[in-house]
Amino acid sequence: MEPQIEADALKPSLPSFRTKEDQWKSKSVPYKMSARSAQIRLVSSHPEVYEPCDDSFALVDALLADRTNLLEHRPMLCMELGCGSGYVITSLAIMLGQEGAGVSYFATDMNPHAVKVTSETLEAHEVHADVVLTDIVSGLERRLGSMVDVMVVNPPYVPTPEDEVGRNGIASAWAGGENGRSVIDRILPIVDALLSKKGWLYMVTLAANNPSQICHIMREKGYASRIVVQRSTEEETLHVMKFWRDSEIQAGTKEQLTDNKTTPAVIMESLLSQFPCLAFWRSGS
Amino acid sequence: MRLLTHNMLSSNIKGVMNGFPLRLEVEKSVSKEVEFNSDFLRNMFPKIEWKALVDAARSMGYAELPEEAPESSMLESEEFLMKFHHALLELHLEEGALICPETGRRFPVNKGIPNMLLHEDEV
Repeated sequence: MEPQIEADALKPSLPSFRTKEDQWKSKSVPYKMSARSAQIRLVSSHPEVYEPCDDSFALVDALLADRTNLLEHRPMLCMELGCGSGYVITSLAIMLGQEGAGVSYFATDMNPHAVKVTSETLEAHEVHADVVLTDIVSGLERRLGSMVDVMVVNPPYVPTPEDEVGRNGIASAWAGGENGRSVIDRILPIVDALLSKKGWLYMVTLAANNPSQICHIMREKGYASRIVVQRSTEEETLHVMKFWRDSEIQAGTKEQLTDNKTTPAVIMESLLSQFPCLAFWRSGS
Repeated sequence: MRLLTHNMLSSNIKGVMNGFPLRLEVEKSVSKEVEFNSDFLRNMFPKIEWKALVDAARSMGYAELPEEAPESSMLESEEFLMKFHHALLELHLEEGALICPETGRRFPVNKGIPNMLLHEDEV
């Protein structure tokens, strides 16, 4: 159960904020080495592989912001779905340590170039993850049920026509179908099956994805949520959401709020765990 | 691909009922040293299908694991843990394939990465 809500998730507008689609439609966009990404060198790339971009950085920033919690959490198995260049999984492995620290990593992608680039990125930074070329977690889902302690996903979230979803090549990195939710909605039940009891999910979403609805879907499955990082431009807002199982939500004990035996602390905790989603929804973004 | 991952993979072909474990076809394997952590091994142990690990390790040329799934008391034995560690985390299949036990379908492994992508008729 999360001890605090993220109050200051809002970052100043970035004039150069690029969605995945912008990044790839203007091919002359240079790769910017910001201070955040300076740690991970771009050692390998391929025209069909999504290079780290603002959303990748936001996800890693979210993990960095939550680093203390993550280390205290002592995850045993961490996994990235859709690893692309390997930037995020490599950052995570550097941040949390490897088997010596008791952590093992998996990464999947359905793009054969991406898994190769991810392997090279991992190797160049002397960290290891087992990489599997597959559609989401196909082949792993039967055995990995309830085993993953940390899941990270930067999904294809850009709203596109449905027929652009899941095509081979770079477009699969961003094409998200109606409201950009096609792949996200496939991922959510899979994540629910794979996450351990103490499992955490970090996922990148756009405002266009209707994150409050995503929170609602996850809440029905027993998860609380909060926004860990938020990046806004005039046109769009990007959120890195964190989801975790909440025993009260799971037990459906929100009815306890009307029970006069409920302590104020319990009510407060209940409200606070709902607050980020409610606040977000009410702001009408 | 390490044997930890192999222990977590099963055939994802539609209709397959007995897709685990995948048989190993080894063309190139390598051993890479990994830092030892007994807590990790002890926590991982209950989730491992032991026979699948033993057989997979043997096909990689490592026959030191006990055939029988060890009693939990074995988890206190450093000697056992080191063998478990080696088999689970240090043996890598670099080139070869994973074979579906039911259909015989080959899932290639190249540069240590298993390809579990299905053809249209298998989904």
